[in-house]
Amino acid sequence: MSTMSEPAREPIDFSSYPDASGHFGPYGGCFVPETLMTAIRELTEAYARYRLDAEFLAEFDNDCTQFVGRPSPLYLARRWTEKVGGARIYLKREDLNHTGAHKINNALGQALLAKRMGKRRVIAETGAGQHGVATATVAARLGMECVVYMGAEDIQRQSPNVFRMRLLGAEVVPVTSGTRTLKDALNEAMRDWVTNVDETFYIIGTVAGPHPYPMMVRDFQSIIGRETRHQILEQEGRLPDALVACVGGGSNAIGLFHPFLFDSEVQLHGVEAGGYGIDTGQHAAPLCAGKPGVLHGNRTYLMEDEWGQIMGTHSISAGLDYPGVGPEHAWLKDIKRAVYTSVTDDEAMAGFHELTRTEGIIPALETAHALFYAGQLAREMGPGRSIVVNLSGRGDKDLQTVANREGITL
Amino acid sequence: MSRIEARFKALRASRRKALIPYVTAGDPHPGFTVPLLHGLVDAGADIVEIGVPFSDPIGDGPVIQMACERALAHHIGLDDVLAMVRDFRSRDADTPVVLMGYMNPIEVMGHRRFADEAAAAGVDGVLTVDMPPEEMGDFSDCLAAAGLDPIFLIAPTTTEERIRLICDNARGFVYYVSLKGVTGADTMDVDTVAGRVDSIHAVTGLPVGVGFGISSPEMAAKMSRASDAVIVGSVLVRRIAEHGGDDESTLRDVTGLLRAMREAMDTEAEVPA
Ligand SMILES: Cc1ncc(COP(=O)(O)O)c(C=O)c1O
Repeated sequence: MSTMSEPAREPIDFSSYPDASGHFGPYGGCFVPETLMTAIRELTEAYARYRLDAEFLAEFDNDCTQFVGRPSPLYLARRWTEKVGGARIYLKREDLNHTGAHKINNALGQALLAKRMGKRRVIAETGAGQHGVATATVAARLGMECVVYMGAEDIQRQSPNVFRMRLLGAEVVPVTSGTRTLKDALNEAMRDWVTNVDETFYIIGTVAGPHPYPMMVRDFQSIIGRETRHQILEQEGRLPDALVACVGGGSNAIGLFHPFLFDSEVQLHGVEAGGYGIDTGQHAAPLCAGKPGVLHGNRTYLMEDEWGQIMGTHSISAGLDYPGVGPEHAWLKDIKRAVYTSVTDDEAMAGFHELTRTEGIIPALETAHALFYAGQLAREMGPGRSIVVNLSGRGDKDLQTVANREGITL
Repeated sequence: MSRIEARFKALRASRRKALIPYVTAGDPHPGFTVPLLHGLVDAGADIVEIGVPFSDPIGDGPVIQMACERALAHHIGLDDVLAMVRDFRSRDADTPVVLMGYMNPIEVMGHRRFADEAAAAGVDGVLTVDMPPEEMGDFSDCLAAAGLDPIFLIAPTTTEERIRLICDNARGFVYYVSLKGVTGADTMDVDTVAGRVDSIHAVTGLPVGVGFGISSPEMAAKMSRASDAVIVGSVLVRRIAEHGGDDESTLRDVTGLLRAMREAMDTEAEVPA
């Protein structure tokens, strides 16, 4: 935020980021072993060609409509808004997409690219299992072999999604190294890619990883923000005052935020997993409490110890349980275009129940973090203003977790 | 002339190939590493490569991942690794030491501080697996200012254009990864490797080492004929992991394996081409 004494700054041309080598200011880039470089180059070139290819984009749009069910509604949560007594709260209903989350937008886009590149095998990492299910789904539809790496811990937490992936014909490989969660699944997927580089396309599930992934995943997910922009102008007649989204790797957040980056009057709020509380150290909030470093192919904020070892994270939601975050978010934080906060497990549970009871929508626990924060923000902002929350996924996958937590046997 | 360069020059004069063992620092416990390094040198190592343990080693297979986990259970940090190098140097002034690891521990220490402290401890070369030449930036200058050699990997998939880029940025030697995969995998064809090494030699005067998947004295001998140096890691680390005995017998076993590799390589060198 500029003060009077600072010289006027040039407005930032957000559309020119990342630069040609994948940097968002000091973040991003392509930090991978040489064994992957040629595959990454091949991917970069293919994506550079197809991202502007009318036929490819038409295929993506058509599948978004016919297979995913887009556009997803922008729904005014009337009862919740009244209850909160503040800004009008709109929900961008990504939970209504086929497979129940925003993840399918990206999985579809990358799988279509893989097909054009002649790859017959796709691999993915998954935490909550939503990205794994989305990838297994598009692989089944396109007739591709699919292998999903998932932390042994997450396989326990998200067993319905494991079964869905297997039904869809994917092989789900439990990862038992390290912390047995999302970061280790990502490590294992990278190792698979290094080994089977010729025939394999790695579909990363969030805006992390080496360039071009953070850009490519953002582009595919930006359909969320583009639709929102159109829909809110239709319903409110003006842009929203704030956008709110949960941030694991950051793909649903950047997908919503990106088409609004130039609109400086629209506040952007990212909500990280506060776990048991930031001061306990048991959380997954690198933007709120981490430091810049290099992991999984890019430079970004990380949760690490004093020697640069990546720390185990904790969140009630498997999909936010990741020690890094997309490099574009790191940059948006530093330049103060977006603000990042955190919400604890308990608060997320409160958000989960609140939406379920007042609107008849059972949200994913990841999304529940954004919902809790949005309620507070709406109250603070007061009536006459509007907020859009990305309802990134539905909560069916989390019923077991919620029941366990509340001592209920299903 | 750097210690690495001098070592390769001496080897060439005596028509021998370099044998470079890799071990993870602090595996299976911190006190084992320095005696092991001396033992490896006694068994015929020309350069030693020390792995800096990292929580997320994406370029490594299960054997070295587990070694990292064993070392990290003892909280081995980069400063501990540098202390081990200092300790090693107090009794061995000549054998070049290469650190191999990942970027993040160095990011935390700071590029300049790391380079200065590593050089002061007696490190000669640095191989950061997840740092390609394109991203080196100021790190390159820091290493150069401290007199450290940047070592890079070249993969079977690396294009000729990139081989040039890598060799332009490398000093000491370059490291050809002899298979598609992570460390510890074991599919490799000697003739293919020989052809690739020749094409790297066509681009650079730097020595070319070959590693990843070399698991027996016979294979070490064959690879040494095709290259300037043989790098062996996972096979030694696996011995350490699987050894149920005390430190002394583990050390005897691991160094025994390296000595057998040395002998096979030296015998191979006497066979006329
Ligand atoms: C419903 C839902 N929301 C959010 C996330 C977090 O991912 P990201 O931050 O990339 O949107 C996940 C990840 O699994 C998810 O399933």
